[in-house]
Amino acid sequence: MSQTTELPTLTKKDLTSDQEVRWCPGCGDYAILSTVQSVVPELGVPREDLVFVSGIGCSSRFPYYMDTYGVHSIHGRAPAIASGISASRPDLKVFVMTGDGDALSIGGNHLIHALRRNVNLTIVMFNNQIYGLTKGQYSPTSELGKITKSTPAGSVDHPFNPVSVALGAEASFVARSIDNERAHLSEVLRRAAEHEGTAFVEVYQNCNIFNDGAFDAVRGNKEQQIRLEHGEPIRFGADGERGVALAGTGELTLVDVAAVGEDALLVHDAHREDPGLAFMLSRLAHTPTGPTPIGIFREVSRPVYGQALQAQIDDAIARRGPGDLAELITGRDSWEV
Amino acid sequence: MTKTAEKVDTVTIRFAGDSGDGMQLTGTRFTSATAAIGNDLATLPDFPAEIRAPAGSLPGVSGFQLHFADHDILTPGDDPDVLVAMNPAALKANLGDLAPGATVILNADAFTSQNLKKARYAADPREDGSLEQVRVVEVPITTLTVGALEDVPDLNKKQKQRAKNMFALGLMSWMYSRPTAPTLEWLREKFASQPTVAEANIAAFEAGWNYGETTEVFDHRYEVAPAQLPSGRYRQITGNLALSYGLVAAADRAGLRLFLGGYPITPASDVLHELARHKSFGVQTFQAEDEIAGIGTALGASFAGQLGATVTSGPGIALKAETIGLAIAVELPLLVLNVQRGGPSTGLPTKTEQADLFQAVFGRNGEAPLPVIAAATPGDCFHTAIEGARLALRYRTPVIVLSDGYLANGAEPWRVPDVDDLPDLRDDAAFTTEPNGPDGEFLPFLRDEATLGRPWAVPGTPGLEHRIGGLEKAEGTGNISYDPDNHHRMTELRQAKVDRIADDIPPLEVDEGEGPGPRLLVLGWGSTYGPVAAAVRAARREGHAVAHAHLRHLNPFPANLGEVLARYDRVLVPEMNLGQLRTLLRARYLVDVQGYNRVRGLPFTTRELVEAIAAQLTDVDADR
Repeated sequence: MSQTTELPTLTKKDLTSDQEVRWCPGCGDYAILSTVQSVVPELGVPREDLVFVSGIGCSSRFPYYMDTYGVHSIHGRAPAIASGISASRPDLKVFVMTGDGDALSIGGNHLIHALRRNVNLTIVMFNNQIYGLTKGQYSPTSELGKITKSTPAGSVDHPFNPVSVALGAEASFVARSIDNERAHLSEVLRRAAEHEGTAFVEVYQNCNIFNDGAFDAVRGNKEQQIRLEHGEPIRFGADGERGVALAGTGELTLVDVAAVGEDALLVHDAHREDPGLAFMLSRLAHTPTGPTPIGIFREVSRPVYGQALQAQIDDAIARRGPGDLAELITGRDSWEV
Repeated sequence: MTKTAEKVDTVTIRFAGDSGDGMQLTGTRFTSATAAIGNDLATLPDFPAEIRAPAGSLPGVSGFQLHFADHDILTPGDDPDVLVAMNPAALKANLGDLAPGATVILNADAFTSQNLKKARYAADPREDGSLEQVRVVEVPITTLTVGALEDVPDLNKKQKQRAKNMFALGLMSWMYSRPTAPTLEWLREKFASQPTVAEANIAAFEAGWNYGETTEVFDHRYEVAPAQLPSGRYRQITGNLALSYGLVAAADRAGLRLFLGGYPITPASDVLHELARHKSFGVQTFQAEDEIAGIGTALGASFAGQLGATVTSGPGIALKAETIGLAIAVELPLLVLNVQRGGPSTGLPTKTEQADLFQAVFGRNGEAPLPVIAAATPGDCFHTAIEGARLALRYRTPVIVLSDGYLANGAEPWRVPDVDDLPDLRDDAAFTTEPNGPDGEFLPFLRDEATLGRPWAVPGTPGLEHRIGGLEKAEGTGNISYDPDNHHRMTELRQAKVDRIADDIPPLEVDEGEGPGPRLLVLGWGSTYGPVAAAVRAARREGHAVAHAHLRHLNPFPANLGEVLARYDRVLVPEMNLGQLRTLLRARYLVDVQGYNRVRGLPFTTRELVEAIAAQLTDVDADR
């Protein structure tokens, strides 16, 4: 007999629903699902307090595969619906599972406002740079010139850099990882889920049907991965022989560590109030074909929307007492007939 | 020496001036003083969408009409007995509404050549005979106001001129024997932090009063005795305030917290403003980034176990349509309030209309039925909001509650209900906490046999974890289903759930009046209640037999509606649209319903409806 009451520990199996997973064989979504199902039990949140909300798209089928509370909502609207859940119930742990079309095209407005408000949400955006469920149109993250069904002559749309968008929208937590880099993705998702406020995680996700190999340049390739570690000089390459430094012109440059010396490297500070440096880091790779930063770009503390809303209510009740309905509807200027 | 007072039973006055002249405030204060006396009253604020159109111009004219009486009244009055016109544009914009013999009080100081030109008057109307049919009283309101404020320090001439609306209020308060205490008290409170401004407004108000008392222009004043209303405690209320209180009351009676997701839009924003003030009731208001997020957050809050509500006007409903569809698919309670305005598109934002009925009943993709109800009067907005919540909670469905610009801003005395008499919604709002399946599993789409509503299991409830969404669901389990027969069955079930409400609402009551059985039924819905009821009364006074009924429930209709319609030779449906309810009735009951339809952005006048009724009666007689 144990003297202490311990929370039942969840396992990956506890979070797996009885629904058959219907993504295409070989899709990057499987790896993300598996990682999320492994990481979430470690958060110590009871299963009934977990809510997964999604919009529309391949990634948005995610909630059906989680044996938690879930809403598969409307294209682009998941951040809004999740904001209502989270703001009204700060006791819940709410995730938004979304894609590049869902979050940055039809739902761009909701995304930036959720980030600005800092509602307690963990937003995981699967970026495959393509519309998958509608069978292969270019997305707001597709590279310029991309040839798809809707752009037979090549896309003339300049793409978004999702990390730049999130930083510009005042996000308090911004990170990037890769679908099958399990250890890295696990760590980023854990930190994102533990963040108070809105956490935004871009996950490079392979769509092997409509945009296969979009991230091959950085996937599993240390040469091209700039792993950001808070408090560490930013180095990359097989032996960390390259790095990132702040040039005299005020720009970030990629340097040879041997040539400039380790002291010249930029030390990553994810806690900086000013998002400027994080933004500059996000610009190092606009489309991930060259050296690309992954990891946590920004992690700062800001008031959380739902908590602030509840604090105003608590304060009003403390000052005036709980509302009296009869008093309210009678008002101050009434008369007897 | 006090002048004599003439007793009159009913008065309609209209204040009109520039948007920046404070006419809405003047009208509202006069209304409060009138309510304090115990008159019955109805108001019609009428203002432009522009905050400040060019000063002195016709588009910038803002008006406030008030009808008050010593008996029960139903409308803000057809034509004003008195028009207070603060400038030439206000005179020009309103003169056509006056009956011969009406009184016009003009601010003579404003009749400069420049202002006449701005009002597009070729000649001074005071001199060219165009005011022959009315009694004109010219008062140099601006000069008298500035003169009265001579001793008030620290205010320049322009600031002093701004108090001229209080002079007009003082003069009208004298003319109609309104008590001064409520207005003086209100001014002191409102400008507590600016004593000089309070002093100026009070001095202007008193100067207006004294001007009426001393000048020879007015040889007597008027008195309107208190109305004999059913006993009880009364207050003045507008539709938007009543709607707000109705939501707070519904949440309170349901034992839930109210969550309002909204986005500013005329004429609905006051509901958001009002609810934001009631945090001590646990009310959460969320001003979203757009209309879609307004309803999205509300639906999210409903899923999480709150009374979710969103408030908007027609264009906002268009944006919310997809989420209303989701709410129908996931079968969660949700209140969608539409304070209708003139359409289509941006239309007439500050004017009233009831042309969103089709949008409410049909405005979604797929077979997407939901209950639609409408408020009849400003005070009825309170009870209609509670009825909306009752249906939403009991049947686990979004409900559209229709109000409109006239109800939203119009005021009337309202008998404050006893809180204990309001419906108890706790059973309807009960969450499911235990598995309901035969094998101990949870079936989120296993329906209640009586209501066809599904269980409401909120996050945080162990063992009832489940997923909902916009894809078609299998009956019972709620799992995604593309099965053809299941889709047909679920579509029928969603329709049957809404249809079943007809057995849970009162049958339509018909007021047949006294005397021989009427052959004409006048059937209204929404804010036309007042003008229609007033017109029916007037027609009966003229000796006509007319039946009157009013619909609150527009989808589904009361169970006896078809039988009621069949009872009469003629049915007339007056609507501020081109015949939307009429079309629904004809389609549903195969009855040749007649319409009287105007979309002028203003409520019907009693007069035009009396004429419409008379025309129908002539036709009925001709058919005999």
